[in-house]
Amino acid sequence: MDALVAAITVFVLAIFVGFEIITKIPPTLHTPLMSGSNAISGITLIGAVVSTRADNDALATALAVAAVAFAMINVVGGYLVTHRMLGMFKRKG
Amino acid sequence: MNTFLIEAGWVNLAYVAASVMFVLGLKGMAHPRTAVRGNLISAWGMLLAVVVTLLAEGLSYTWIIVGALIGALAGAVAALRVKMTQMPEMVALFNGFGGLASVLVAGTAFMITREPDVRMTVATGLSGLVGAVTFTGSLVAWGKLAGVVPGRQLGFRGMRAFNALLGLGVLGCVAWLTADPSSTAAYWIIVPASFVLGVTLTIPIGGADMPVVIALLNSYSGVAAAATGFVLMNNVLIIAGSLVGASGIILSQIMCKAMNRSLSHVLFGSLGPGADGPSADQVYGGKVKAAGPEEVAMLFDTARRVLIVPGYGLAVSQAQHVVRDLSNLLEARGITVEFGIHPVAGRMPGHMNVLLAEADIPYDKLKEMDEVNSEISQVDVCLVIGANDVVNPSARTDPQSPIAGMPIIDADRAQTVVVVKRSLSPGFAGIPNPLFAADNCLLMFGDGKKALVELVAAIKEG
Repeated sequence: MDALVAAITVFVLAIFVGFEIITKIPPTLHTPLMSGSNAISGITLIGAVVSTRADNDALATALAVAAVAFAMINVVGGYLVTHRMLGMFKRKG
Repeated sequence: MNTFLIEAGWVNLAYVAASVMFVLGLKGMAHPRTAVRGNLISAWGMLLAVVVTLLAEGLSYTWIIVGALIGALAGAVAALRVKMTQMPEMVALFNGFGGLASVLVAGTAFMITREPDVRMTVATGLSGLVGAVTFTGSLVAWGKLAGVVPGRQLGFRGMRAFNALLGLGVLGCVAWLTADPSSTAAYWIIVPASFVLGVTLTIPIGGADMPVVIALLNSYSGVAAAATGFVLMNNVLIIAGSLVGASGIILSQIMCKAMNRSLSHVLFGSLGPGADGPSADQVYGGKVKAAGPEEVAMLFDTARRVLIVPGYGLAVSQAQHVVRDLSNLLEARGITVEFGIHPVAGRMPGHMNVLLAEADIPYDKLKEMDEVNSEISQVDVCLVIGANDVVNPSARTDPQSPIAGMPIIDADRAQTVVVVKRSLSPGFAGIPNPLFAADNCLLMFGDGKKALVELVAAIKEG
């Protein structure tokens, strides 16, 4: 129970931090923000990795490998496309 | 809980460091100057989190490498090949994959945990629910944006009741898991039912509302990741997931405000046909003035200040590069050129800015709606390209209009307005635009790109 309450505390505080930071991001960067936060939500990759255990049965292995692949698409694709997009934003002159 | 090859405390400290890097990365997005670095910090944080996770005991590295290679390859190819006009489709698809990954992780965790407790089963159920809705909802959004699924509002009689029942059923299964944590079968009812729910919740939403929907699904993918964090009791998942969840919610609120609609109205309401509004003939009848490129070019002879208002039509006709040529040409003649960007111009938040940035238009020329409106009466020529509803003065003047109260760019208050448009067909809102019939407005009919090429040629000759 204590662990759960601690996790909920982290959850609630992180949402507040999120609101504080995101409201300061200008509309010009909202598309890169979305693709970049997409990459961050690829953090599920960590869960996918710890689920890919050597003692899994065939079905669990298949699900875990698929999870790794989909999360990895988010991480690699998300960061890369954000980098590509941000490189296009230039100042005058 | 996993055991690690090094002391678990170090792993958790590394997770804290990764979380801080995600926060710093997002903070960097506050300005285009710092954004590239921010994105890199965030990516390094991700790498750190993954590397320490690989130190967990009992992992099958072969299978992890197989999955990671497939995913990395697919993600890299997609990211490098996507056109900027297709960004909304790609983000929608990526949101969906994030949701699916959460469903799979929660499902696997369920299968390999011997004695699940209540905390675990509730979190797994919710992770399955949100992840599955995100997945199919995103696929529908992608289909609508890519034109695979019709963009109009689709549905059947009693769909809302059906959704309510299905939603209650899914929550019932979560409750069942809470009461009896060993009933893993419930999870495999929750997931397919939520897949259906994702479709039936998204399909009735019209194409014009897609920016809100993508932002919301972005938020869901974060919530799903956070729920997975509760399944695995992993703080970095919880923190990263909440950051993304907050981000998506804020963006969908901004989009809703820019359309003067509430989130629940977008999700559950229908826009309906604009009842009793004035017909197109009443508004336009004999008052619309068409002009050719030469005539419009002459306007720029005396102009000192020009405002360009781009809409999605500009992206459709791939006119962003010609717009840059026009802007450079005018600036070479000493004219001040700025761009006025409405928050819902384009198909996702900030889409128009990316398209213009791609065409090498400096970001400090891209102004927000409020900023341009305060000085719009000093603009000599306001050039509206492929935008309609976002410059419709009915929003300000006609309380009966379906878009009444929506914040618009007050193009009609500029000295002269030139609208580049294919025809007088209505925008997403389906209503006529009195701006086109105004005394100070000229219409330049034609495809955005072609019309602008002719205009640039005419200015050069003149």
